[in-house]
Amino acid sequence: MKKIGVFVCWCGSNIAATVDVKAVVEAVKKEPNVVLAEDYQYMCSEVGQNKMISAIKDYNLDGVVICSCSPRMHETTFRRAAEKAGLNPFMVEVANIREQCSWIHKEMEEATEKAIILARTAIAKVLLNAPLQSGESKVTKRALVIGGGIAGIQSALDIAEAGFEVDLVEKKPSIGGKMSQLDKTFPTLDCSACILTPKMVDVATNKNINIFAYSEIEEVSGFVGNFKVKIRKKARYIDETKCTGCGACVEKCPSKKTPNEFNEGLNNRTAIYIPFAQAIPYKPTIDASACIKMKTGKCGICEKFCGVGAIDYNQKDSFVEREYGAIVVATGYNIINLDRFNELGYSDCKDVITSLEFERLTNAAGPTKGHLICPSDGREPQKIVFVQCVGSRGTRSCDKQYCSKICCMYTAKHAMLLREKHPETEVYVFYIDVRTPGKNYDEFYRRAVEQYGVHYIKGQVGKVIEKDGHLEVQASDLLSNEQLHLDADLVVLAAAIEPDPTARKIATMLTASMDTNDFFTEAHAKLKPVESPTAGIFLSGMCQGPKDIPETVSQAGAAAVKVIGLLSKDTLKCNACVASPNENMCNGCSLCATVCPYGAITYVEKDFRIPGGVVKRRVSQVNEAICQGCGACTVACMSGAMDLKGFTNKEIMAEVESVCK
Amino acid sequence: MQVENKEFKPKIVAFCCNWCSYAGADLAGSSRLSYPAEVKIIRIPCSCRLNPMFILKAFQRGADGVILCGCHPGDCHYTTGNYFARRRMTTLFSMLNYLGIEKERTRVEWVSAAEGAKFSVVMNDFVKTITELGENKRLEDLRCKR
Repeated sequence: MKKIGVFVCWCGSNIAATVDVKAVVEAVKKEPNVVLAEDYQYMCSEVGQNKMISAIKDYNLDGVVICSCSPRMHETTFRRAAEKAGLNPFMVEVANIREQCSWIHKEMEEATEKAIILARTAIAKVLLNAPLQSGESKVTKRALVIGGGIAGIQSALDIAEAGFEVDLVEKKPSIGGKMSQLDKTFPTLDCSACILTPKMVDVATNKNINIFAYSEIEEVSGFVGNFKVKIRKKARYIDETKCTGCGACVEKCPSKKTPNEFNEGLNNRTAIYIPFAQAIPYKPTIDASACIKMKTGKCGICEKFCGVGAIDYNQKDSFVEREYGAIVVATGYNIINLDRFNELGYSDCKDVITSLEFERLTNAAGPTKGHLICPSDGREPQKIVFVQCVGSRGTRSCDKQYCSKICCMYTAKHAMLLREKHPETEVYVFYIDVRTPGKNYDEFYRRAVEQYGVHYIKGQVGKVIEKDGHLEVQASDLLSNEQLHLDADLVVLAAAIEPDPTARKIATMLTASMDTNDFFTEAHAKLKPVESPTAGIFLSGMCQGPKDIPETVSQAGAAAVKVIGLLSKDTLKCNACVASPNENMCNGCSLCATVCPYGAITYVEKDFRIPGGVVKRRVSQVNEAICQGCGACTVACMSGAMDLKGFTNKEIMAEVESVCK
Repeated sequence: MQVENKEFKPKIVAFCCNWCSYAGADLAGSSRLSYPAEVKIIRIPCSCRLNPMFILKAFQRGADGVILCGCHPGDCHYTTGNYFARRRMTTLFSMLNYLGIEKERTRVEWVSAAEGAKFSVVMNDFVKTITELGENKRLEDLRCKR
């Protein structure tokens, strides 16, 4: 007879306040095979674990059931403790009586009754559990970083610094991301380029980092320690090995009417272009949709002027397949499309701009060389209105419900810089709330108000209309309860941020989960903020949620540390809960192999003894290092030969029976 | 003979995949979003692990409703598992309906790890539906009752 021990945890008052712990202990004592049932305040504490360890030894237990918090929380803790006591870790089951019982029910009677059923169900399962051994798999000592903004750059640098090879994939022609477009950074007003470009150069010169710029992730397979990734290197129509980056082609290109993405469309660029002066790699790219040669076949000027013959109009996208041990996602953000905010006039009035456009207009390397003008007629603005929370913290369908976090600070920065450079301009900021938590942040905002005389008005802007070459801003001042009609030369909208649109596709390829806003979900909101629930995938920067540059850099470093920890191991323990076929029942039909998403199932010919001789039969075989234990094959198997260790048919059936008893 | 006048408490089995819905149920718990105690969750690695046998077993043993929760289509931790589950359940549920088990008694819902609130809403609604439908006796095997 198997001997089972049951431990019921109080979790302080978290469980004990709604579940009558003593009653649960008494009830499970009556279950067959239960030789020991005890309760304790905190089973996860060292004392609690030792209680379990000594009970396993004293009673020679074959299985243990812990009634406590979710197995996602402490299953590994208890399994490790069981291992210390010499019991196979898979002989421990956890009944979830906190998250799925005490925390959601208020009546003690019904919660206790449910807790007893959950405990009984776990006992029914553990009685059928078999000891399992996990195999081992090798770790590929190379990391992939997706996204070449400041988050990706920092993660890549930190991983490379520890001596591991890193591939940095960026979809745009240059790394640098949004930070390269910014003018100054809060709260110290450092010039963005001055602090970013040295890091970009570090990336380019680091021997351990390979930059795949103008490339995208095409396919991902495999699992932690052994990811296989196919990278599409989009055709630049330039032979990068020959190009010296002299820029003669860009200078001579006659097609000059493509909106410049780097300057947010505020000026135009040529068809062959280098996005910005500090671009890395410093190699041009031909925009096939704008190139005269590619569209009409006539032109070829860049080819003529290229001294090294690097132009190749026939270049095709190429593919690289590489293996990685870990992947860092740093796909970043975009600002939302403002087409649906008609009332603010963004699509109709040229002098209504986004904050990112404002950054480009004030940037010394921008389209106006840092000279702030109204885009409509080039005059210098005298009165500027900033509108906060455009699309953030809203309830309409076009709004985001979350706070974009960075807008309050960068608007204070914009207002301050404006007043410093042009003290004669009047600057108004409309806000719902000013949110400036962070080291030296509130001081920064107060400086904008007190020292620089920026007019902060609590209230929302209802409408912006164009009137005789001027803008009229209609707004309400919530503190004086007045309707305001302000004349303005320039209106700057702090548009909400959203995850990059490519992130969803990447999440699907990585099987990493996302929340309803398409931000990547972390494995635990507090305790595992840089890990995705999918093993081997780590999160860095805005792809996980709105954050500013200092926070992004800290998260990028944290993600790098997690990657280094993983890559420094030679082998990883595989999942022990894998599929296993019963060869005597298998008829070799191949159905299991067709549903397996990992290609873990193969077939072998085997000899089977039957009365009066031996027959050869084709039977399925599972590669335990590849199987991830989803169980798709177990249901597809018509002869019932396939089963999943740790979640066997019998075990789940026993659970169902116990729940329905 | 005394007529039993006890309030009907349905027996509901919820199969939740480990990666999305079980975590969603945990989130409902840590956010203290309540749903009736009649719901008992069984953890499976993926929605595609749900063998139709388990559902038949549940009804045989007197369950009044069975619900399967998995990752949203396209978000399966194992890439394609929930698609298999969706197809299998579509077939199974229509067969169960043919056998006289109302189609409201079986349900598939996609609940992500971030959707604690959705989990609670879904479970409240499902329990309400089943309570209104009343006891299920269609496939119940009386020999299983002691």
